Amino acid sequence: MRIKSLELLVGAFLLLAFGALMFLAIQVSGLSGETSKESYRVHALFQNVGGLTERAKVTIAGVSVGRVESITLDAKTQQARVEMAINSEVNDISTDAVAAILTSGLLGEKYIGLTPGADDTFLKEGSRIEQTQSSLVLEDLIGKFLFNKATEAPKAAPEASADSADAAF
Amino acid sequence: MLTRVQAMGARGLDVVRTIGAASVFLWQALVCWPRWRLAIPLLIQQIYAVGVLSLVIIIVSGLFIGMVLGLQGYNILITYGSEQALGTLVSLTLTRELGPVVTALLFAGRAGSALTAEIGLMKATEQLSSMEMIGVDPLRRIIAPRFWAGVLTMPMLATIFTAVGILGGRLVGVDWLGIFEGSYWANMQQSVEFIDDVLNGLIKALAFGIAVTWIAVFQGYDCEPTSEGISRATTRTVVYGSLAVLALDFILTAVMFGGV
Repeated sequence: MRIKSLELLVGAFLLLAFGALMFLAIQVSGLSGETSKESYRVHALFQNVGGLTERAKVTIAGVSVGRVESITLDAKTQQARVEMAINSEVNDISTDAVAAILTSGLLGEKYIGLTPGADDTFLKEGSRIEQTQSSLVLEDLIGKFLFNKATEAPKAAPEASADSADAAF
Repeated sequence: MLTRVQAMGARGLDVVRTIGAASVFLWQALVCWPRWRLAIPLLIQQIYAVGVLSLVIIIVSGLFIGMVLGLQGYNILITYGSEQALGTLVSLTLTRELGPVVTALLFAGRAGSALTAEIGLMKATEQLSSMEMIGVDPLRRIIAPRFWAGVLTMPMLATIFTAVGILGGRLVGVDWLGIFEGSYWANMQQSVEFIDDVLNGLIKALAFGIAVTWIAVFQGYDCEPTSEGISRATTRTVVYGSLAVLALDFILTAVMFGGV
């Protein structure tokens, strides 16, 4: 009897630990069957990927449709080549879609947002997204803003101020 | 002067000898063909003693540590207006660091010291030598099930600790401080990776379990068979165990999260 209740308690302990692991897997790390979905690869060249990392989200209209597979430097153009894996279910992205590197929130992580185009041909395995918009680098933006302010203040060089305003936006 | 150098050398040799003895001891206790029918009931009994009886302290401390993390994190994050990141903060801190480390420290204090005292008392009352006399190997009969029980239960306890801590953080953040529940979980799920964070935390817990249990059973087996010797060995278990956990934690963190 003593041994039986002991085994019961140890069994309950094992189940509790297993339950906790399931909780960590499903509720905390959001693990689901999504990772093994079939996908096709497309790539795009960016001037600057900023803080984009591998395994970042690829979204359309805010809905996650894939992941960034790899980021390498394209030797010919000296631009960043970003490989993306898009879920096979999403197979009707037109070839003139725009890929932009966006930031979720002010200090959040970088992700790629795809804006669908109007073309009748669709992206498929190995195709390239021609139109891209680079990551917004905060330092550049602040630099331009400060430069703008500095030239604006004395009203000495109005054409320079107009130039930098154009460059900033 | 010369005698002092001599004493230092003798101490160094003693440390090396102890490490060697501990390794030989572990080897002798574990490397053998297991006899399942005999081993399993012993193991279950030890899992009960080491794991189930540690459960209360693990759950209570996990709850409070999660709640404190929730409060502290909220107070800092609110100044940046990003209190939604509380879930991320609580869950990453717990899965990567606090879960395994605090569990291991509590484990060294609660289960490790008990193991040392038990084995040391067996040695002092000559139970171990009488076992040898009737032809039962005390290393296999006493040490091996305790060691395996400690190694197996540490990751389980750490998992429970982490899960309870995250629920404690939710209790403070969502129920008391009024963070939107959806953003607590969603931000957490976005930033916690199962393999990188949860599994690495479990690997840490396993390493700590091996270190603490090894130290505990060896200190018990190696202690002077007097009441004073047992008390010294128990203290050593807690001190060495905690130091080993913290040092190992630095090394493991450098390997797991130190790189890019």
